[in-house]
Formats: sequence, structure tokens, C-alpha cells
Amino acid sequence: MVDLSTSLSGVTLKNPVIPASGTFGYGYEFAELYDINILGSLSFKGTTLEPRYGNPLPRIAETPAGMLNAVGLQNPGLHKVISEELPRLRQVFSGPIVANVSGFSIEEYVRCCASLDKEEQVALLEVNISCPNVHGGGMSFGTDPACAAEVTAAVKAVTSKPVYIKLTPNVTDIVAVARACEDAGADGLALINTLLGMRIDLRTRRPVLQNVTGGLSGPAVFPVALRMVWQVYEAVKIPIIGMGGVSSARDVIEMMLAGASAVEVGAYNLVNPYGCRDIVASLPGELEKMGVGDIKALIGGAHG
Amino acid sequence: MLDKTLTILSNTELAPDTFELVLGGENGVERPGQFLNIAVSGFFLRRPLSVCDWTADAATVIYKIVGQGTAALAGFKKGERLSVLSPLGNGYDLQKCTGLTAVVGGGTGVPPMYGLAKALIAAGKDVCAVLGWNTASEVFYVDKFRALGIPVTVCTADGSLGVRGFVTDGLPEKLDYLCACGPEPMLRALCKAVTAPGQLSFEARMGCGFGACMGCSCETLTGPKRICKDGPVMDKEEILW
Repeated sequence: MVDLSTSLSGVTLKNPVIPASGTFGYGYEFAELYDINILGSLSFKGTTLEPRYGNPLPRIAETPAGMLNAVGLQNPGLHKVISEELPRLRQVFSGPIVANVSGFSIEEYVRCCASLDKEEQVALLEVNISCPNVHGGGMSFGTDPACAAEVTAAVKAVTSKPVYIKLTPNVTDIVAVARACEDAGADGLALINTLLGMRIDLRTRRPVLQNVTGGLSGPAVFPVALRMVWQVYEAVKIPIIGMGGVSSARDVIEMMLAGASAVEVGAYNLVNPYGCRDIVASLPGELEKMGVGDIKALIGGAHG
Repeated sequence: MLDKTLTILSNTELAPDTFELVLGGENGVERPGQFLNIAVSGFFLRRPLSVCDWTADAATVIYKIVGQGTAALAGFKKGERLSVLSPLGNGYDLQKCTGLTAVVGGGTGVPPMYGLAKALIAAGKDVCAVLGWNTASEVFYVDKFRALGIPVTVCTADGSLGVRGFVTDGLPEKLDYLCACGPEPMLRALCKAVTAPGQLSFEARMGCGFGACMGCSCETLTGPKRICKDGPVMDKEEILW
């Protein structure tokens, strides 16, 4: 029997597979397809203080081996997430939940995290300072180490649960931001968010996305994500949730060898709604082939 | 939602760049206006295509080559297999259709109107069809609509076949209910021209097609709706133009 369990700052996950925020809603679309309790955790749709309608359509564009999205943090807002979405999610998922939080000001991050900290099933907070699709918030906090540290410290002051800061790859030096978050008290890091990109429609000669730019995800970004997880693992001591283009059990294993303690699966859920289930099912076989009895032994294993 | 590998029974060009694809195997389609999301190898996202006609073990979709993915789809041959998520979307609510129902389709919006017309006839409803294209060479399925035994009006923008003009120029003098699918400017013009209630189906660039990613959400009078999951069919009265 292969031991798939892993741990994030004292939170035990039965396996490292976590659907990434924004690709799994609040779980129930997928719970109609399979028992999502097989998942290690799930990171719910990015939540802001106020309801957000998001960006105008089109919000989606295809790319080679991936996609761009410019959804713009559409969500029903903190109050409804706590009063309606979380109770519904509880009916279909009893495991630990990653609460993904976004904001446009430090105060907003603080208020969202303080409220979600009180929710029993929320096991850890994933603070998204890296959304590329909103203006005046999101990623602007994640591109500057000092701002990232400020958000981290402010959120840590109002929460008792582990705080993981979700980092953007759209920076010159992700290690500097990672270190700043660690120094400010982050319990862990989640990386990467999407890479900023765009497409142009040859018929209209205009950008495909109404927002002009969007976030690139899917297999195309996997090597970039892997490289960043590797670099951050070398620089910090806190655990890492690795993500970016993960689409197979083998990708999960690579991410863990690079330094991830758990792995989020994003865009793959959209093209294969059974993707996470398939990955969980094929992990034991892949590990057995490698002669690995405990998946935790992989974490950072590629570093000399 | 089923995740099936369906076998291509035929993939035939009906008009320049317009193909009819028949997929054999269980499809689960329950209502007209639902769609399939078809994976095309080499392309990351699936192609959402509305169901034109269906039986329990065969579904027909009609698509136009508009990009590289649909061009690749046109290259698939009988006997090849495709990964398909089905059925997706809500489809038309036939119970709301009362009196004379006009099914109005424009271009690639015509196909779902065929399955809808068949279903309405089977439900004993009074149906007429108004179908629009830019020009005569684009026209397809008119004989199949006529074979249903309903009044069919064809409109072409350049007047090369049927009524010269848009579908709004081919509407019956009096209609009690409107069901339509087509480009957004056409749907907008129809809503202006028709006071009767109705249902419209929308298309969008989609991420997942099953309600997870919020990639195709639009605002309506009844709140934000996902075109893929809460639609693609929406009540005419709830649309915010």
C-alpha cells in the first residue's frame, strides 16, 4: 500500500491532489460526477468581500497547449460564500478546504480572512495576491515584495489558520516575493498563478479577450511553474503548494520532486471533468513503478 | 453529464465550410437546445456544438469552420472516435411554447431549431420556421425542415434565395411565441421586432462547458448566469441587451 498522505502546516491531506481555485467552483458541479471526497482538499473559487460580476465576454481564449482566462474574480461575495456556498459544499465534501481569498485593499484581505478563519471546515487560507485579470488589486500586491509582506502580516494578525500566499509568476524574481512572504510570517506559499498573455482574432484584428489580456494556464505553463517551485523551494523553509499545468499523476510527482508538498490541478479540470479523480487513481501505480512507498519522500527530492 | 467516446457515423459538407457530423453512441440528450462539448486532438479546449437532431444512440451537430479547431474537426472520417461530454446546457422548455411558435434560426443558429421544431411538433404544438443566411450558397437543411410539414420561410441577406433581408423580414404576421438561435445582432433585432414572449439560445467562447469556470457568464435580469450551465437557452424577458 502506497502512502499518499501529505501535510501542509499540520493539516493532513489524504493525498496531495487539490483542484485549483477557479476551476472547480464550490465543488458541486463535480460532486455530481464523482465522489469528491477522494480529493486531498479543494481550493474554492476566489472570494472577495463584495459580490463581483467579473469581466465582459469573451473571457476565454484558446492557446497552444493551454488557455487564457480573464474571468475577473466573479464570485457571490464573502457573505454568500459563508451563508450559502460553504454549507452546500459541506454536503458534498467533508475533507479540509482551502479558502481562496482575493482583494483590492489590505483591509479587504483582512476582513475576508478574519471571517473565513471562523469556518470550521476551512483548513487553510490561500491568499491570492496574484490575479492578473482585475485592475487596482490582485496581482499588484504580488509583484512587489514589500506589498506582499504587508498583506501577509496583516492577514496573519487576524487568523489562527495556516496562511498560504498565492504568488504570481509575472515578476522578475519570484524568490524575492517568496522570501518577503516567509519573513512576514506566511505559513506556506502557493505557486504559480497564471502567466499574463493575449491573443488577437485575425478576422476582427482585435484582441480575443474583452479584457485584452488574460491569464495563461494549462500544460503550456507546466515547465515554468516547475522551475519556479524549484527556485522557491531552494530559498524558503515553508511548505509549497505547486501548481501550473498539472495534468497527470506524473506531473504531480514532478512538482513534488521540485519541492511541492501538495499540488493543485487547474485548467485540466475544465477539459477533463474527471481529471482529478483520474490523477488520484493513477498515483499509486506511478509511485509503485518508482519504488516509492510514501509520497512525502518525493518532496524536494530532485534537489541535490 | 456523460463522458463518452462516440464514433463518427458521418461527417459531411452540407455547404461551403459547413459540416454535418453524426456521432454514434449513447449521448443522453434530453431536450432540444442542449449541446455537446467535443474534444479535438491537438486542441486544449473542447468545441461546444449544439445538437441539431438526436436519438438515444446518435446525435447530429452542424458546425462551420471558423478556426483551426473546427478545420481539424472537418478532417475526421467515418469510424474515427471523439471524446464528447454530453448532454450540456438546459435546452428549450417546450411547455412554455403556446399558440403559434416561430422557430427562428440564423446561420449556425439554424441547426438547434431543427431538433426544436421536431420536438414541438411531437408535443402537438403549432410551429413555423424562419431560417436566415447571408446568401443562397450557405443554405442547408431547408428540405428537412419542409419535410416536417410546417411552414418554412427562408431569408437571405442578399436576396439570392427566398425573402430578401433578415429573419425579421420573414416573420409571420402574428406569432404567439418565439424561439431563436443565431448571432447576437440577430437575436437583438428579433427581440425588438417581436412582442411575444420567447426563449433564445446563446453561444459563447467557453472554458469547461459544464458550469465550473465562469468563463461564459453573462448578466441577466434574474442575476448572473452561466451560458453553458444555466443556459444556453434563456427567457427572452431576462436578457439585458
